[in-house]
Amino acid sequence: MHRIPVTRLSTLTLAAALTAFTAQADEIWVTNEKDDTISVIDIDTLEVTRTIPTGDRPRGITFAHDFSVVYICASDSDAVQVMDPVSGEILYDLPSGEDPEQFALHPDNRHLYIANEDDAITTVVDTQSREVVRQISVGIEPEGMAVSPDGTIAITTSETTNMAHWIDTETGDLIANTLVDSRPRHAEFVKGGTELWVSSEIGGTITVFDVATKAEKAKIGFELPRILPSLIQPVGFEFTEGDSHAFVALGPSNHVAVVDAETYEVEDYILVGRRVWHMAFNADRSRLFTTNGVSGDVSVIDVAEREAVKSIQVGRFPWGAAFRQTN
Amino acid sequence: MLLDLMKRTFCALFGLCLASGTASALDIQIHYLRQEVPPVATLSELDVAPEDLGLAGARLGLDDNATTGRFLEQNYTLETTWVARDGDWPAAVDAALAQTGLLVIDAPQAALLDAADRAADAGALVFNVAATDVALRDGDCRANLLHTIPSRAMLSDALVQLLVQRRWRDLALITGPHPGDIAFAAAIEASVHKFGLEIGSRADWTLQADLRRSASTEIAALTQSLGEFDVVIAADEVRDFGRYLLYNTWLPRPVVGSEGLVPSAWSPVIEQWGAIQLQNRFRDLAGRSMEDIDYAAWAAVRSIGEAVTRSGDEDPAAIRAYLLSDGFELAGFKGTPLTFRTWNGQLRQPIALSHPRGLTAQAPLDGFLHQANPLDTLGLDVSETTCTAFQ
Repeated sequence: MHRIPVTRLSTLTLAAALTAFTAQADEIWVTNEKDDTISVIDIDTLEVTRTIPTGDRPRGITFAHDFSVVYICASDSDAVQVMDPVSGEILYDLPSGEDPEQFALHPDNRHLYIANEDDAITTVVDTQSREVVRQISVGIEPEGMAVSPDGTIAITTSETTNMAHWIDTETGDLIANTLVDSRPRHAEFVKGGTELWVSSEIGGTITVFDVATKAEKAKIGFELPRILPSLIQPVGFEFTEGDSHAFVALGPSNHVAVVDAETYEVEDYILVGRRVWHMAFNADRSRLFTTNGVSGDVSVIDVAEREAVKSIQVGRFPWGAAFRQTN
Repeated sequence: MLLDLMKRTFCALFGLCLASGTASALDIQIHYLRQEVPPVATLSELDVAPEDLGLAGARLGLDDNATTGRFLEQNYTLETTWVARDGDWPAAVDAALAQTGLLVIDAPQAALLDAADRAADAGALVFNVAATDVALRDGDCRANLLHTIPSRAMLSDALVQLLVQRRWRDLALITGPHPGDIAFAAAIEASVHKFGLEIGSRADWTLQADLRRSASTEIAALTQSLGEFDVVIAADEVRDFGRYLLYNTWLPRPVVGSEGLVPSAWSPVIEQWGAIQLQNRFRDLAGRSMEDIDYAAWAAVRSIGEAVTRSGDEDPAAIRAYLLSDGFELAGFKGTPLTFRTWNGQLRQPIALSHPRGLTAQAPLDGFLHQANPLDTLGLDVSETTCTAFQ
């Protein structure tokens, strides 16, 4: 009695698989810090389709601009690994300096700016020649990395020194060192490179700098009812289309804040998984995927509705997230 | 001079300090003093205190400050004075005060208070990194004395919070003969009362047998005499008998307090909250793991660094004012900002509850609420202290 439906189901599954193969969906790649793997999420089905082994303690992750390779900070392997995103094979390691945590790819699609957490150094690596071009001494525990859209300035934030270090990418010199609140974690240039945003985890704030003057322009604080201020710890953040709004991961408060990037007012808080850390948008930025370290999952946020619509189980301590376009 | 001040203020207010700038340099000297105390003879010969206990933490804090200082033209230096058991402590303190107004001190209560009073006359600020005496945060507090080491009350409150959460309500307490053991037992009794538990049975440690040979029989007999209990608390600050309690109790019961599950400011097994970075930096510097006093010394030197960096002022009075203000917070690798209590100068901090292989919990535990800051469920709250020097 049961045979016919089962056969039909198999046929349908096969057909679905074939369709998926011909028009492959975009993906979100998530590094699992304590599992030494990457979980690949299919953006259409919101399922994990692949789990790929990496080096030790994968954290920062970013794709080449043409999505031909993916770069992974394997912190405890002291390497940036270069992976073929189709096969999931590690092609080779780039020299990275010790304990690479985060990095930013220069607009030239060639130079990686890497924060070496244990060494108080920023390392610049040429991804073509596979050589270290330069090492720059910065503050203790460098973490956040950003490069301006015109490629002239790189930023390293240092967690214990509590500064954003402004690096002239031409000369490698530090052109300014600006104090921010305690434990800066993430930096982004926005609005065509006219503003720099830096999150401070322990300080509980985001500092906005005017890039032209390097002066502080605004400071954004966060407040949630019934949640202790000390648990509201901003870490990763990303911007919606046109940089109109920032979505900010607030760590152990288990919420993502929505900030109007013009007025710097916080408009909303969205409940997600535990210890929300970093995030990535899909192609049209209608959906946001956040890594939740303690609950070991990824929350999917509907950006228009400003609510979490699904949580997807991944590996242990998901850390970084990156979007992969497949066609 | 005025121009220098303006530049310094600009640097502090706007956080904009050019690396190649010409802002005037600040020289910040910190003096680390230690009064040696006679060692207590213990049954086991295993524990050897590192020679640089505490000092290594101060050195790491100095390195951290110096890295930040490099970008701000602030130069940090650390002088050290070791005073022998029969040494002239007052003279050593006065000599240090002739050089700087910032002292970091590892000394027992009496020597510490003597130093604090001498420092007060010189307008200097003192950081206590070793003395856990509750009185120093209570009736014997000093306005110029800040504490980065937790008090015994903070440690015992943390431990008892865990007992309450675990529902280990029937408690036995074994107290050693040394003054520290007795003071820790008193702190435990106070915490047990504060959180509504009771101690069902008590014993004083009097066994003189060589327990390295006979622990299994002697301890079994002693703990059998304590009757029924859920958990036994060892008040054994000198760490003499506690190690023999484990797995030798008449009933199969956990050991907590000075051995087994231990409350502490810092533990080598903490790795969350970015702590692995601090542990690694410390190990690279000292060649050993970080202990409580190392952490307290690191926190003291880092607090000075934070205050100077943020305020642009190296005057001890200005540093004290900044540390006690709302502006100060120290990222102490414990997952929450650390601040000073304005009523007795104690650094608020989570307390680790750990065993040698792992962190079991970190107090304050969930469910222990406070109207202002849950960290103030540990140790003397504003309504509990008799300290008036900070008013």
